Amino acid sequence: MKTSQMLVASVVLLVSGCATVPPDGNVNDPYEHFNRKVFEFNDTVDAIAVKPIAKAYNAVLPSFVQTGITNFFGNIGDSWTMVNDFLQGNVESGVADLARVSLNTIFGLGGIVDFASAANIPRHSEDMGKTLGVWGFPDGPYIVLPLLGPSTVRDTIGTPFDYYGDLWGYTTPVYVRNSGSAVRAVNKRSGLLGATNLLDDAALDKYIFTRDGYLQRRASQVDARIQERQDRIDDAAAAAAVNAVSAVPDEPEK
Amino acid sequence: MNENMDITMNIAIKKMKHRVWSVVTGTALMLALSLNVTAVRAADEAADVLVKRISQDVVDTAKADKDIQSGNQAKVLDLVEKKIIPYVDFQRMTELAVSRNWRDATPDQQKALVTQFRSLLIYTYSGALSQVKDQRLEFKPFRAAADDTDVEVRSQVIQARGGQPIQLYYRLRKTGSGWKIYDINILGAWLIETYKGSFNAEINKSGIDGLITVLTAKNAKLAIAYGKKS
Repeated sequence: MKTSQMLVASVVLLVSGCATVPPDGNVNDPYEHFNRKVFEFNDTVDAIAVKPIAKAYNAVLPSFVQTGITNFFGNIGDSWTMVNDFLQGNVESGVADLARVSLNTIFGLGGIVDFASAANIPRHSEDMGKTLGVWGFPDGPYIVLPLLGPSTVRDTIGTPFDYYGDLWGYTTPVYVRNSGSAVRAVNKRSGLLGATNLLDDAALDKYIFTRDGYLQRRASQVDARIQERQDRIDDAAAAAAVNAVSAVPDEPEK
Repeated sequence: MNENMDITMNIAIKKMKHRVWSVVTGTALMLALSLNVTAVRAADEAADVLVKRISQDVVDTAKADKDIQSGNQAKVLDLVEKKIIPYVDFQRMTELAVSRNWRDATPDQQKALVTQFRSLLIYTYSGALSQVKDQRLEFKPFRAAADDTDVEVRSQVIQARGGQPIQLYYRLRKTGSGWKIYDINILGAWLIETYKGSFNAEINKSGIDGLITVLTAKNAKLAIAYGKKS
C-alpha cells in the first residue's frame, strides 16, 4: 500500500528529527508550527464537510439506529482491543473481551445489541499505540495527522497496525466496506458533536487545549495499564505466598 | 481410642479458633463503624458521599426539567450556581492553573483571574450539563484513609448511545467549611493541567493582563451565546 509506505517514511523522518530538536517548554511539541497547519486543515475539513454531515445524520436517524451502528462497529473494534489486551499481557481483560465479542456477535445480532455491557462486561478500548506504551516505548513528540488528528510518534507507529487489525477492513465486496467505513466515521463524529461544541466553549487556544488534553489522556491510560500489570504481578506473588503458607499442614484433616 | 480423642480435640480447637476469629472480626467491624461515625461527624459528609449527592442531584434535576431539556441555558446556569458552585474552590483552581506565574500577579490581577476563570468554568460545565439526556452515573469504590485531606472520587458516565463509558474523576480537599472540589478529570485529562498550558502560553505571549483580557473576551462571547439561547 502506498499510503502506509508514506506513513512509515514520515514516521522514520519524525523519529530521526526528534533526536535533534529539543522539546519546546515542558510539552514535547517540537513540530508545533507544522502541527498547527495540519490542525487548521483538519478543522476546516471538519467544519465544511464532516460536521454538517454528522449533524444531519444525528438529526435524521432515530437514536436506536445510531446505538445499533455504534454497537456494531464497537463490537468489531472490541476484537482488536482483545488482541491488544493479550499483547499487553492482560489475560483477564482479553478473556473478558473474548466473552464480550462472542456474546454480542452470537446473541446480539452480529454486535448490533450490546448485551455484554448489560451483563457487566464494559467496553474499553486498546490500540497498538497503547500496547507499545505498555511495552515501554516512550510517546515521543506530539504529531497532528492529516484527517486522523492528534497523535504522537509512538501512536503513529501503532496506527498502521490498528489499520490492519481492523476486521472491517477485510469486508468484501469493497463498496460495502467503503460505505460501512464512511458510516462508521460519520457515526463516530456525530457522537462527538457535544464534546467538540464544549471544546469550542472551553478552550482559549483550541490547538493547545486539544494537544495537552490528548497527551495527558494517553499518558494516563498507559500508566493505568502499567499499574494494573504491576498489581497483577504483586497479586500473583501474594497469592503464591499465601498458598505456600497454607500448604503447610498445621493440623491433620482426618 | 487415641485417634478418636485426637479428632474431638481437633474439632474443639477448630471451634475455638472460629469463635476467636468471629470475636476479632466483630470488634474490628464495630471499631471501623464507630471510627466512620466520628469521621462523618467531624466533616459532616464524606467526600465521595458529597460528590455522589450533588452530581446525582444535578443530573436528576437537569433530566427532569423540561426547560433545560429544550435548551434553556439560563436555567442551567442557575442550577449550576445553586447546586455546584458552593462546593468548588475556584481560588485554588485558578492558583494551580496559573501555576508559577501566580506569585508574579498583583492582588488585583489575581482577583480578576479568579473571577474570569470561574465564569469560564461555569459556562463550560453548564454546556456539558445541558447535554445530559439519557446518561447514567456510576461510582467506583472509594479508597481513602479517614485522616486524608486530599482525595480522589472516581465515577463514570454510562451513555445510552453505547460506546465506552466516559471517565469522570474529582479531586477534593478538606477545608474549614467541608470538602471542596478543585479539579476534574474528563476522559483521563485533568482540567487544571489542561488549562495550565494555555494559560502559560498566553502569559508568555502578552503577560498576565493579556491572559485576563483573553479570558474576559471569551466570557463576553459565551455570555452572549448563553443569553441568546435562553
